[in-house]
Amino acid sequence: MFDLDLWKEILSALKKNRMRSFMTAFGVFWGIFMLIIMSGAGKALENGVMDGIRAFASNSAFFWTERTSKPYKGFQRGRQWNYTNTDIEYIKANVKDIEYLSPRLFGPRGYEGDNTIRGKKTGSFNIYGDYPEFFKIDPWTPLKGRLINQIDIIQSRKVVNIGERVVEVMFDKDEDPIGQYLKINGVYFQVVGVIKGETRVNIGGGRKNETIIMPFTTMQKTYNFGDDVHFFSVTSAPGVPVSRVEARLKELLKSKHKIAPDDMQAVGSFNIEVEWKKYMGLFTGIQILTWIVGIGTLMAGVIGVSNIMLVIIKERTQEIGIQRAIGATPGKVIMHIVAESVFLTVMAGYIGLALGVGLLELLNMALEAASSDADSIFFRSPEVSFQMAVGALSVLVISGILAGLIPAKRAVSIKPIDALRDE
Amino acid sequence: MISLKNVHKSYVTGSNSLHVLKGIDLEIQKGEFVSIMGSSGSGKSTLLNILGILDNYDDGAYYLNGSLVKDMSEKKAAQLRNELVGFVFQSFNLISFKNAMENVALPLYYQGVNRKKRNKIALEYLDKVGLLDWAEHLPNEMSGGQKQRVAIARSLISQPKIIFADEPTGALDTTTSYEVMEILKEINAGGITVILVTHEHDIAAMTQKIVRLKDGRIDQIIKNGDLKHFQHQYAKELETA
Repeated sequence: MFDLDLWKEILSALKKNRMRSFMTAFGVFWGIFMLIIMSGAGKALENGVMDGIRAFASNSAFFWTERTSKPYKGFQRGRQWNYTNTDIEYIKANVKDIEYLSPRLFGPRGYEGDNTIRGKKTGSFNIYGDYPEFFKIDPWTPLKGRLINQIDIIQSRKVVNIGERVVEVMFDKDEDPIGQYLKINGVYFQVVGVIKGETRVNIGGGRKNETIIMPFTTMQKTYNFGDDVHFFSVTSAPGVPVSRVEARLKELLKSKHKIAPDDMQAVGSFNIEVEWKKYMGLFTGIQILTWIVGIGTLMAGVIGVSNIMLVIIKERTQEIGIQRAIGATPGKVIMHIVAESVFLTVMAGYIGLALGVGLLELLNMALEAASSDADSIFFRSPEVSFQMAVGALSVLVISGILAGLIPAKRAVSIKPIDALRDE
Repeated sequence: MISLKNVHKSYVTGSNSLHVLKGIDLEIQKGEFVSIMGSSGSGKSTLLNILGILDNYDDGAYYLNGSLVKDMSEKKAAQLRNELVGFVFQSFNLISFKNAMENVALPLYYQGVNRKKRNKIALEYLDKVGLLDWAEHLPNEMSGGQKQRVAIARSLISQPKIIFADEPTGALDTTTSYEVMEILKEINAGGITVILVTHEHDIAAMTQKIVRLKDGRIDQIIKNGDLKHFQHQYAKELETA
């Protein structure tokens, strides 16, 4: 039921006080605008950080070794030590709740000079020796060819998976790297797969697309690592908190390697579950803060609307009196004032919403244009969800009604005769 | 049509109570043309407001068109006003941002008549008061007499049984006052009861019955035939005052 007279009256009332209507509406506009911008920025930060670790198995933990910090069983403090091959079987035998266990070796680091050669091309990359289980924990996708598999491990094949940046540096543009050979630290390896990491955080530092992965056993033998293991990645069995597995594993490794049980430093570890929770808490906190500040600002705007409506009612007391004298029911009067308030609030809020979303979209475009190097960006795709927008709009309508209700009640409580007398 | 029985009304402001109407008994028949007179503070406007259901009363009984008007809900009162009663005010009380036609059509808007239809009817009524050419004009573009004619058209559009006019000529010069009174007479001739408040005796003299109030009581009711006498007496009173 479109009521032309109602809208005519609303518009003429707002027009009569252009500046005041504008300033009032601005309060609501600003509230919604801030809510959208802050929420979008918070979401962007969340997207940036979470995209980097989302694909990690959320039940994974990682272990490395550090110098001991306490003397124990005849050893001095400051001893350097390594995990060994026997640890692998030992852990599998003694810790039940493990789903995947993947030992890793770090090859010679890139910054020690170029470690990879092919014809006249040379490059410096991060070289890892891994088990196929590793791809279950920190997922990689083969873009071409295949991933390292169990047969590569058993036969200690000299094959590698390489990242996209490696392809760029070591091969010509239209060359197919699959089946080609790379000389890595003096030994030739055949490329069997080009792979892309699904997470953006690289264990052990460095850029993810500069990775070369070879079978663990191959690396151990080829580069004379003996039975050293540098690093373990572990996931807990479904339903088991990885923190428990982490604690149990640390205890086990300490006793096996004669490290003081209270040495907090020697076994370094990192647990995605804990990090995940930390981040989730952080971003939930940011969202809550956003809503508190946004709603607070919005409330200020809504109170402004309510206030202005009271003034309008006061000014129009006589007019309302006339209308009531010639037959306007209280319901009609209330309806009229509430409609005016809702109109003002929703108009202003909608503009705020549209501008806020527009600004976020611009920001997104600017960010995407600037992010040729996507790995290093921790602020991406600022956005507001549809639910958020609908939520904000319903908050607007409800607050518009509330803002109108008080003045409307006031208007109706005036007797028509008092309203007429008011001059 | 209208029957008042011992109606009392007082205004309470803080601890002070002002007893305005001290027991009014009044009968007005259908089709009468009545004026209520009295000095200021005699309660004439209060009486008119009670009659028009714009105000409530404390004690007594008021029957309008056969039904008791007391402690009515605002909604009911509004509907009754809309159906039975038309108002004409001293200060016209037109809505400033609506043109003459829209002002006249307003009561029909509250009855839920659609826009096209009510504007058409409004034009008919504007024609009756001789303002058809002014339909698109806003109130501030019209003279006082024109505004009052628009207000009369507005009071008539809902086809009321009674017109209440609170000093309808109070803001007008003598010539336009008489024009407005002519219109009111015509309305009355069409069978509608007209009740007006005035303190101008020449205006009152054009009506058929004068109710004189004094200190919240009915002092005198003068019927048609006695008007000349009343006029004389009134003039005398003015001289002595």
